[in-house]
Amino acid sequence: MEIFAQQLVNGLVLGSIYALVALGYTMVYGILGLINFAHGDITMIGALVSITVVQLLAAAGMPAAVTLVLAGGVAMVVCVILGVSIERVAYRPLRRAPRLAPLITAIGISILLQYSAALIWGKQYIAMPELIEPTRISIAGAQLTDLQVVIFLLACLIMASLLWFIKTSRMGRAMRATEQNPDVAGLMGVNTNTVIAFTFVLGSAIGAIAGLMVVLYYGLGHYFMGFMLGLKAFTAAVLGGIGNVAGAVLGGLLLGVIESLASGYIGDLTGGVLGSNYRDIFAFLVLVLVLVLKPSGLMGQHSGDRA
Amino acid sequence: MSFSALISNPRWRRTAWIVIALLLLAAPFLIEATLGRSWVRITDVALLFIMLALGLNIVVGFAGLLDLGYIAFFAVGAYSYALLASPQLGIHWPFLLLLPLGAAVAALFGILLGAPTLRLRGDYLAIVTLGFGEIIRVFLNNLNRPVNITNGPQGITLIDPLQMGGFSLSQSHSFAGLTFSPVHSYYFVFLACAVLSIVISLRLENSRVGRAWMAIRDDELAASAMGINTRNVKLLAFAMGATFGGLAGALFASFQGFISPESFHLIDSIMVLCMVVLGGMGNVAGVVLGAVLLTALPEALRYIGPLQQSWFGEILVEPSDARMLLFGLALVLMMLLRPSGILPSRRRRMTLPSLTTKATRAAG
Amino acid sequence: MQPADALLSATGISKHFGGLAALSDVSITIRRGEIFGLIGPNGAGKTTLFNVLTGIYAADGGELVFDGKRIDGFKPHRVAQYGIARTFQNIRLFSSMTALENVMVGRHLRTRTGVLGAVLRTRRALAEERAIVQRAHELLNYCGLSARANDLARDLPYGDQRRLEIARALATDPKLLALDEPAAGMNATETEALKTLLERTRADGVTLLLIEHDMKLVMSLSHSVVVLDYGEKIAEGEPAAVQRDAKVIEAYLGGSLT
Repeated sequence: MEIFAQQLVNGLVLGSIYALVALGYTMVYGILGLINFAHGDITMIGALVSITVVQLLAAAGMPAAVTLVLAGGVAMVVCVILGVSIERVAYRPLRRAPRLAPLITAIGISILLQYSAALIWGKQYIAMPELIEPTRISIAGAQLTDLQVVIFLLACLIMASLLWFIKTSRMGRAMRATEQNPDVAGLMGVNTNTVIAFTFVLGSAIGAIAGLMVVLYYGLGHYFMGFMLGLKAFTAAVLGGIGNVAGAVLGGLLLGVIESLASGYIGDLTGGVLGSNYRDIFAFLVLVLVLVLKPSGLMGQHSGDRA
Repeated sequence: MSFSALISNPRWRRTAWIVIALLLLAAPFLIEATLGRSWVRITDVALLFIMLALGLNIVVGFAGLLDLGYIAFFAVGAYSYALLASPQLGIHWPFLLLLPLGAAVAALFGILLGAPTLRLRGDYLAIVTLGFGEIIRVFLNNLNRPVNITNGPQGITLIDPLQMGGFSLSQSHSFAGLTFSPVHSYYFVFLACAVLSIVISLRLENSRVGRAWMAIRDDELAASAMGINTRNVKLLAFAMGATFGGLAGALFASFQGFISPESFHLIDSIMVLCMVVLGGMGNVAGVVLGAVLLTALPEALRYIGPLQQSWFGEILVEPSDARMLLFGLALVLMMLLRPSGILPSRRRRMTLPSLTTKATRAAG
Repeated sequence: MQPADALLSATGISKHFGGLAALSDVSITIRRGEIFGLIGPNGAGKTTLFNVLTGIYAADGGELVFDGKRIDGFKPHRVAQYGIARTFQNIRLFSSMTALENVMVGRHLRTRTGVLGAVLRTRRALAEERAIVQRAHELLNYCGLSARANDLARDLPYGDQRRLEIARALATDPKLLALDEPAAGMNATETEALKTLLERTRADGVTLLLIEHDMKLVMSLSHSVVVLDYGEKIAEGEPAAVQRDAKVIEAYLGGSLT
C-alpha cells in the first residue's frame, strides 16, 4: 500500500506539471487547430533561463524566495516574447495553408529552439543550484518534500486561475468565441489576431513556470528536455480532450498518476520482464490507446471536426 | 537548337541517358579520385536515403499521410537483418533470404501500426506515428533483459556483410584493373536498389493505385464516395512505404556491420520527411534531389569546423549543431516561402484541406 | 409496400445530431429510370438525406433498400460499389489532378489492377489502363469537357467543374446518380446545357436523384418530386401537383397567401 501511496503522490506532483504544459498545447490547438510542436521547447527555454538566473542571483547572495520569483519572472518574459514572436513570424502567415505546412514549420522551430539552447547552454545536463534544504513530509505513508507540495499547490492555483479567467473575463470570452468560430468572432468585433497572440502569451508564460518547476523537481535542465516533456504534455491534453482546458488539467494529473503507478508496478506485473526503464513509453501507449479508442478524450473536444 | 527542343529530341534523350548511366557507373571511382574515399561512403548512404525518401514519399507525398515515425521501419528492417546474420543470436542466414525478409517484417509492422490508426485525422496520425517510432526505439534499447535479444544500447556488431560462398562485399576485389573496396561494391548494390525504387515509384504514381492514393490525399470523402476503400488503400500506402524502409534498413545493417538504437532517432524520421517535403512532395525527381542534398550538405558543413578554427581560432558552433540549426531554419523558411518544395510536382503542392475549408465543407 | 420497379426505397429514415432532428421519419421511393427531385427550403434536411443514402451518415432509424438489397449502414465506398454515385453541393474534385485523371479515378471501383500489376506492367494491367483512359475520354466528351482533359481540376471554370463532377460520378457506372444542387451558380445557358446532359444521362439508363433550388429546372426535369421541410416530408407527387400544394407554398414563402 505504501508503494501505491508513494507513486500516487509522485504522480500527482509530476502530473500537475504536465497539466501546466498541456494547457499551452490545448489552448493553441483549440484556437488554431495547430499542434504547437515548439511548445515543449519553449518550456525548456524557460527552464534553462531560470537556472541561469538562479545561478547568477544565488552567487550574488540573494535570498532564496526573491531568487525564485525573479527567475520565474525572467523566464516568463523570455518565453512570452519567444512564443508571441514565433506565432507572429511562423504561424500567422500559414493560417490558411494546408495543415501540413504549419506542422512542419512547428517542427522546424522546435529544432531551432533546441539547438539554439545547445549553443547557449551547451549539451550537458545543467544543475539547478539548491536554494533551500527541502523538508521531508510524510502523507499517508508517502514521502515527499515541501518543495513538491509547493509545486503541486502552485500548479493547481495557476490552473484554477486560468479556468476562472477564461470563464469570466472579457478576453476569456473572446478566446472561447474565437475557438468556436474565428470568422464569426471577427465579425462580432473580436480582434482574432490579438486573441490568438494572447493565447500564446498565456501558454508561454504558464509553460515558463512549468519549466522552472521541472528543474526544481529534478534539479537538472537539458537542452533536449522539451521533447519528452512536450510529448507527454500533449498526450495529457489529448487524454483530457484536446481543446478543452479543464480536460488538460484532468489529463495531466491522470497521466502523471498512470505513469507513476505503471512504472512502479510494471516490474511486478510482468514478472521482471519489463522494468521501469520503459517508463517513457507509457505516455505513448496512453496516447495511442486514447486516439484509437476515444479520440475526443475524457472530457470531449469543443468541436467535433471529423475528417 | 533551343534547350527544350533538345530535350524533346528522342536521339538526344537517348544519348543523355547513356551518358548519365555511364557517369553513374563510374561515379564511385570519380568521386574517390576527386573528393576522397569518405565521400564514396557518403554517396552510398545517400543512395540508402533515396530509398527511404521514396518510401516515405508514397506515404506522405502520394497518399498525404503524415508519418513522423518512419525511421521505425528502417530500424525494424535493420534489426531483422542483424539478428539473423550476426553472432548476437548465432544465426547466419543468407542475404538473399534476409533482404526480402527485412522488407516483409517492416511491411508487417506497417500494417500493424496502420490498421488501428489510419482513420485518425492528419495531425493526430502524425503524433501517433511519432509515438510509435519512439516506442520501437525504447524497446530496441531495452530488450536486453531478461533475455538479451537486441543487446540494448550497445547494439549489434559484427553483422554479416552481403556475401555468397566465399565472395564477400566486405573485402576488396580487383576487376578490370580497378580496385573495388567495400564502399565501391556496396555502391553498385545500392545504386541498383535505388534505381529499382525510382522505377517502382514512377510506375505506382501513374497507376490505378497511385491515383487512388492521390484522390485520398486531395479529398478523402470524395474518394470514398467514388468507391475507393480508403482504409485499405491507406494501409497499402503505409505497407509499401514500410517495405522500402525495411529493405533500406537491412542493406544498412549489412553495410555498416553495426547498428544500435541511436541510429534510429526521431530526428532521422524528421530528416527523411524533410527530404520529401523540401525536395517536392509527390515528385519522384524532387524527392531524390532532396535526399541527395540533405545527405551531402550536412557532410559539406563539416568543413566549417576547421574553417571556424582558422577564422576565429576556436570552434564556436559545432558542425553537427550548425547543421541542425540550418535544418530547422530551412524547414521554417521553406514552409513560409516555397511550401511546394524545390521541384514541386506539376500537381499542386500540399493538397490536404486546411481546417477552415474543412469546416466550411462540413457545414455545407 | 414498394412498387416492383422501385430502384431505391427509403422507409422511415431518421437522423439526429445532438438534440436536433435533421430527418424525421422520411420515406421516399425512387423508380427505375425516372428523374426524382428533392426540394425544400434551406436547412430542410435534403443534403442530410443525401448523406444517409450515400453512406456518409448512418441513419438513426429506418430502412434503406437499393436494387432489392438492404444497404443500411454501408460505408460510402460500398454504396458506390452497389451502384449509387453522387456529386457534392460544394464541389469536391481532386484539385491536384487533371480533369482526365479525376474521371479515371471514377473508374477505380470497376477495375482491378493492383500494386503488382502496376509495378510489373503486365499485359493485363496495361490493357486495363488503356481502357480506363479511353472510357474517361468518352465520358469527358459526353459531358462536353474534351477540350479540358489535361487541365488541372482546380483551374477549370465553375460550370466545367460541376460537369466534371458528373463525368467522374458517371465513370463509376452507377444505376442511380445523386446530384446535390448541380445547377448552383450556373447562368441560364449553362443550366440549359446541364438539363440536356441530365436528360441524355437518363435516356442512357441512369436513374437520377436531384436536389435543386432552381425550380424551373427541377419541375421541368423531374417525374416525381418530394418536398422536405424541417426534416419532414411535407409533400410528394408529380411536379405540377406539388407546386400547387398549400403546405409547400407556405414552407417556401413562410406563410399562407390569404
